[in-house]
Amino acid sequence: MRALLATISLALLTGTAFAAPIPVVASFSILGDMVQQVGGDRVAVTTIVGPNADTHVYEPKPQDAAVLGEARAFFVNGLGFEGWLERLVDATGFKGAVVTVSDGVKTHEMPEEEDEREEHDHDHAEEHGHHHEGLDPHAWQSLGNGLIYVSNIKEALCQIDVEGCATYTANAEAYSAQIAALDAEVKAAIAAVPQEERKVITTHDAFGYFAEAYGVTFMAPEGISTDSEASAADVAKLIDQVKHDGVKALFIENMSDPRLVQQIAAETGAKLGGALYADALSEPDQGAATYLDMFRQNIALLVPALLGQ
Amino acid sequence: MNLFDLLVGPFVSYGFMSRALVGAVVIALSAAPVGVFLMLRRMSLSGDAMAHAILPGAGVGFLIAGLEILPMTLGGFAAGLVVALLAGLVSRLTIQREDTSLAAFYLISLALGVMLVSLRGSSVDLMHVLFGTVLALNNDALIMIGAVATISLVALALIWRPLFAECLDPNFLRSVSGAGQPVHLIFLALVVLNLVGGFQALGTLLAVGLMMLPAAAARFWVRGLEALCLVAVTIGVASSYLGLLLSFHLSVPSGPAIILVAGAIYLLSLLIGNRGVIRTRLVPPRHRIA
Repeated sequence: MRALLATISLALLTGTAFAAPIPVVASFSILGDMVQQVGGDRVAVTTIVGPNADTHVYEPKPQDAAVLGEARAFFVNGLGFEGWLERLVDATGFKGAVVTVSDGVKTHEMPEEEDEREEHDHDHAEEHGHHHEGLDPHAWQSLGNGLIYVSNIKEALCQIDVEGCATYTANAEAYSAQIAALDAEVKAAIAAVPQEERKVITTHDAFGYFAEAYGVTFMAPEGISTDSEASAADVAKLIDQVKHDGVKALFIENMSDPRLVQQIAAETGAKLGGALYADALSEPDQGAATYLDMFRQNIALLVPALLGQ
Repeated sequence: MNLFDLLVGPFVSYGFMSRALVGAVVIALSAAPVGVFLMLRRMSLSGDAMAHAILPGAGVGFLIAGLEILPMTLGGFAAGLVVALLAGLVSRLTIQREDTSLAAFYLISLALGVMLVSLRGSSVDLMHVLFGTVLALNNDALIMIGAVATISLVALALIWRPLFAECLDPNFLRSVSGAGQPVHLIFLALVVLNLVGGFQALGTLLAVGLMMLPAAAARFWVRGLEALCLVAVTIGVASSYLGLLLSFHLSVPSGPAIILVAGAIYLLSLLIGNRGVIRTRLVPPRHRIA
């Protein structure tokens, strides 16, 4: 207690240099980790949707509103990822900055939407940039986009805490260097796999940006959102595809229904590769507790499976 | 595309399609007669109530044993049974009727279930685990459906006469024999058993839908109990087959497709059935003309 009082009075004396961490909120676990990396000790990050939970269909709790009420900034992914976002912000009357970290990311539409629209309305996304309905929100699955996230986070933190700006810039630079290094590693690892064998099946097509950035084809039996149900035709098409193209790797993502993939594996003789992390981090002891670890974990599973090892 | 490719091909070429057909047909076989009795007892909505009531039991099963089909089924069965029994007891011991007490208990059970599930943190996870899809039936699920159907059909055969008597006039059965109460309880257990088996394998919609819609449709065609059950089973089997074909050829989700086919058969029966709207309202009965 005495130490605390001392700290507080010291903080009062020396301005904000030793002030209590700035409370900020991040919408989901991956973003929470990134904000913490950039903010360092100067910010205290609270994450609304925790590890291994599904952000698409999250139900905000009163606690979230309370936390948000205290916060100086609310970091969100945007692109329609947090469907409950507007309701929560409205309900709490949150006055701080809502920071959409995906600003500036080159977005693309969901694969299914693309197929249907390709012929008559190719540049739909560019024309209606504000219309997020059909956009793929999982932009962080490309480390290149991760760099954009980091820079957006840094900008926002600099605005709410001008004195810490130097710290944030330094943190962001160090973190960006790590991300860029990992990006190069990932590209090298995937380059070791022959182009025609880079075909993967998962339960949830959250890997659109990953596919684009690293040249891996992802196929899924279910649509983008965890609340859509697969049709017999989709599953049959996929089984044909696995047999026809000789896909070796089937991955179960960490939260969709695993039984459909097990069934497809049983019918085609393909191997199940383990759990890829798509839109949530793992618990601290499961090996994918940070953004970078999540990427490393996915690559460590993906590359051997693609090589048929 | 020839007729074989259209009607039989999908089930021959794809293992998952034949599994789905077997699963849905077996559930139709066992759930449709149960649905007929539920309808005769004016308990057509209890299927839906039960669907919610099993959640906490299945949730506890999951929390204890993880993603294992047996503990979750047993847990769900126990929870459903407790709710059914409590509702029945309250209606017999107090002035409250069974529909009200069932509503009260299933709501308590549902709230408990949602709370348990969210204590674990990941609600979607558990919902996916608890409610299967007809396209992903593995051996365990098929064996379970088979066991449920066997138990259910044998038990129905054993209690057939007293159950029928109780449907017509519960007071009569109570006055001539002590079988009324046990028969009612065994029947409730069968309802829960069929639903729980169905949820695990096929999902809520399919389990309740294949129980009630065929029974409701059959009512527009025939009168006798045996005939009702036969027609209901036939409608259930036909809906499963046609629904899966639709899902395959038109690329629509399988569960809703099957239930919509059953729903279409219900609407058709409502209109053109022997005892449907057109025959009874628009065509004058023969004896009045004569």
